[in-house]
Amino acid sequence: MAIFLTKDSKVIVQGMTGATGMKHTRLMLADGTNIVGGVNPRKAGTSVDFDGTEVPVFGSVKEAMEKTGANVSVLFVPPAFSKAAVVEAIDAEIPLAVVITEGIAVHDSAAFWAYAGAKGNKTRIIGPNCPGLITPGQSNAGIIPGDITKPGRIGLVSKSGTLTYQMMYELRDIGFSSAVGIGGDPVIGTTHIDALAAFEADPETDLIVMIGEIGGDAEERAADFIAKNVTKPVVGYVAGFTAPEGKTMGHAGAIVSGSSGTAQAKKEALEAAGVKVGKTPTETAKLAREILGA
Amino acid sequence: MDLFEYQARDLFAKHGVPVLAGEVIDTPEAAREATEKLGGKSVVKAQVKVGGRGKAGGVKLAADPDEAVARATDILGMDIKGHTVHKVMIAELSPEIEAEYYVSYLLDRTNRTFLAMASVQGGMDIEEVAEKTPEALAKVPVNAVDGVDIVKAREIVAQAKFPADVAEGVAEALVTLWDTFVAEDALLVEVNPLVKTKDGRILALDGKVSLDENADFRQPGHEALEDKAAADPLEAAAKAKNLNYVKLDGEVGIIGNGAGLVMSTLDVVAYAGENHGDVKPANFLDIGGGASAEVMANGLEIILGDPDVKSVFVNVFGGITACDEVANGIVQALALLESKGEKVEKPLVVRLDGNNAELGRKILSDANHPLVQRVDTMDGAADKAAELAAAAK
Repeated sequence: MAIFLTKDSKVIVQGMTGATGMKHTRLMLADGTNIVGGVNPRKAGTSVDFDGTEVPVFGSVKEAMEKTGANVSVLFVPPAFSKAAVVEAIDAEIPLAVVITEGIAVHDSAAFWAYAGAKGNKTRIIGPNCPGLITPGQSNAGIIPGDITKPGRIGLVSKSGTLTYQMMYELRDIGFSSAVGIGGDPVIGTTHIDALAAFEADPETDLIVMIGEIGGDAEERAADFIAKNVTKPVVGYVAGFTAPEGKTMGHAGAIVSGSSGTAQAKKEALEAAGVKVGKTPTETAKLAREILGA
Repeated sequence: MDLFEYQARDLFAKHGVPVLAGEVIDTPEAAREATEKLGGKSVVKAQVKVGGRGKAGGVKLAADPDEAVARATDILGMDIKGHTVHKVMIAELSPEIEAEYYVSYLLDRTNRTFLAMASVQGGMDIEEVAEKTPEALAKVPVNAVDGVDIVKAREIVAQAKFPADVAEGVAEALVTLWDTFVAEDALLVEVNPLVKTKDGRILALDGKVSLDENADFRQPGHEALEDKAAADPLEAAAKAKNLNYVKLDGEVGIIGNGAGLVMSTLDVVAYAGENHGDVKPANFLDIGGGASAEVMANGLEIILGDPDVKSVFVNVFGGITACDEVANGIVQALALLESKGEKVEKPLVVRLDGNNAELGRKILSDANHPLVQRVDTMDGAADKAAELAAAAK
């Protein structure tokens, strides 16, 4: 079953014809993703050959959806043009838009988030500044390497791309139902809570690994949600215990402001909700193994 | 990026927020002319990016140009909470003040929207107001698409219970402050205090602005606002090479790929350091996804140039990044530094996993550099790097 993305997902790529878009479209196809088109108004009507797979280019998201039945868009659009591209996806009412782009201005992401709300939230947004999501063995929408692990019964949600890969690697023998990278920006679409709720409802997920990092209060709110709504075991990891106050640590959202957003506060909130929190990624993986008896 | 008060004042003025005249100077003598321009009296205000400068003696009145020079002499070079004063603003004297208020716009991460905050209790630390009298601080969500027009501004003013005689003036100031917030791609604009003067004017007397660096591509003027003098030299060198680097105060140099993994690496090294003379991470350095050998070499050069670094931990999980590129970067960087005649004496611990890990490990084994050792788990490698740093301390 998995969450948000399955073998039946029909994926288009906004920004497919750029260098990054080309590289990752090829990789996604290699992972079995059903990529039905790319979007680029200047190259509409052409097609791109990916090692023998012809992928047509459409002029708009709307046209691509009408002609292919696409229900997922992955965006590799440069930061300056991302807002317009996400707004286009929202206007076309595509059910899922995965925004990989890093470096989008906050006024732009706040604007497209508000716009999605005003349009009735018909489009689930994942990201920006995220690695996307993968349902191993079925589909890959983004840049998560498809060969780390196999299908299994762990669900993963993470703010960080590389920690997602690290955790999938640590638990590669058990496998994952889906892994969702929600992104490290201050304003993101899909949250830890959204993914937790979906994994809780997914009969093919037995355990959830949740990875957070400094900044904001998403982990604290997720802890509250877990205490009230999640019956499946949750194992957590939080990065950034040693991060100094007031310094942005790589991700635009990863900043401790005054006393808020610290890793310690997040860990305590998660533990109070019954989440087992590991000190390192390896220890976190060990906690997951203990619970699964694997 | 947080701005100085004078930079905030300039941006406010540009977008029509009512402010007093002011000029920034960095020598005491310049205070004379600046004060003469203001009619012979001024306020000399230390420019530091930290609160509480008034209490620290960083804001003084000057009754004439000579006194302005004397006060500027006192304040320039002063240390305020660890910040040295390099610049002062010579500001116009405020007309007599009747009331002090607070207004700001900021990003509300929790609700993924913007927030207006306003209070009739201004002039003090707003976090204190929020804690002691939360009812005195109005928080009004602002939709990023709708923004703040005069109608919305009046709503904010009403919620904060501003007195009727200033309501319209504050609402107008709120509209111009919103214009500043949007036009400058700010993460925060704050006026504290916003004052009502005896002659009935509304003025922004002090302010804070923080800008979104992700918007630099459409904000060509923002680069000039950077305080390059204050930047750590290693941070400046890293920035020039487009590396994501933060200097910390430990001994183990860190290089990794991906913000989350690097943050995690810092933590794992700090834990390992508890068993090795309490050594700590010396920096944050993320070489990013898909880094080439050259990027790796640039990063390593920065880290090895930090005199505080006693050992280096390269922690890479190859997702997009290929481990053979990383390994080549390490080998190239060492060769490059040695060819420049720089002696590399710091031991490197390298952990490679993921994409092309076997190839990367082989490159390191073949190079067989005496300073480089491979440890193939993250926790084990962190422990080794901490141990080596402690031994060299």
